Amino acid sequence: MSDWLSILLYIQIGLSAVCLYRIIAGPTIPDRMVGIDIFGILVVGICAIIAIQTERSFILDIGIAWIILSFIGTLTLAKYLSGKKLNE
Amino acid sequence: MNEMITIIFICIGVLFNIFGCIGLIRLPDVYNRLQAATKCVTLGCCSILTGVLFHFGISGAGIKAIVAIPILFFTATVAAHALIRGTYRFGTPPDKRTVKDDYKEAVK
Amino acid sequence: MKYIAVFILSMVFWLLLTFSLTVPNLITGSVASALCSAFFARHYFSGVYKFIQPARYFWFMVYLAVFIVECIKANLDVAYRVLHPSMPIKPGIVKLKTTLKSDFARTLLANSITMTPGTITVDIIDDYFYIHWIYVRSEDPEEYTRMITGAFEKYIKRFAE
Repeated sequence: MSDWLSILLYIQIGLSAVCLYRIIAGPTIPDRMVGIDIFGILVVGICAIIAIQTERSFILDIGIAWIILSFIGTLTLAKYLSGKKLNE
Repeated sequence: MNEMITIIFICIGVLFNIFGCIGLIRLPDVYNRLQAATKCVTLGCCSILTGVLFHFGISGAGIKAIVAIPILFFTATVAAHALIRGTYRFGTPPDKRTVKDDYKEAVK
Repeated sequence: MKYIAVFILSMVFWLLLTFSLTVPNLITGSVASALCSAFFARHYFSGVYKFIQPARYFWFMVYLAVFIVECIKANLDVAYRVLHPSMPIKPGIVKLKTTLKSDFARTLLANSITMTPGTITVDIIDDYFYIHWIYVRSEDPEEYTRMITGAFEKYIKRFAE
């Protein structure tokens, strides 16, 4: 059980590294922003697996807060892309 | 038994995450990348959270996992919607294989 | 009426997150929910009476089942397109007309379209949805409208209109 969880956790962290590749190497600016968005969702999965491994439930709180903060960040980036003011 | 179900759900979730990240690398332009990555990664993380629910049962942590699933669905889809609209307004050209573009005249 | 609905919703959310019924917890939750409803309730909920009609909950369950099946199909579809060596994609942006009227129902339909096979909503202008499709299977407006929204629109109309 614990070995399996460790392997899955490492795979998940490797996938975040794939998103980092897209953030660094993406040919256009929107590509980098897609990488940031997907990275924010993957971290929630990492939080969930760590919560099972350590048997502590407060890590899920961190996950929920991370979802909402990454949502706000992505909305700000999208507004920046479409060239509008932030109060519109 | 619960441990088995937990591991199976988390395996399915990580598998979908892998598909999403392969799509993020392989597909040709930003619209298709956003499409593949959002769908697969959102369902993958929801599957992992379902595994957490089976591990903790109906307790504080399990209920938190249930609450996180609809929040994840709504925020991920709305963020994808905002990003793709911003990308189009930014002026990124679509891939060469695009066959139809009805949105062009609506923007102007 | 609006204020009471927002208060009850945020109180339920707080109780689910903390999952304890002690007195200090209840007092903190009710103060926070009262603040939330005082500040934000005037922006939400055009028709509160919809919450107390039981038939809507039944149709919501049916919609949820259809939605989960479509969502899994969507992911298998994306996995097939990504893993195939030659990547069979034919992307395009199509335009379709909706018959739904309320804002909540339109948001729900847009989210459902985003999670179904190969489609993602780009924008909503007046009555028209603009949808990016990863593999354009037909050029005829009536046919692709039926293909994209056919599974959801009738259920959403029953519980959210």
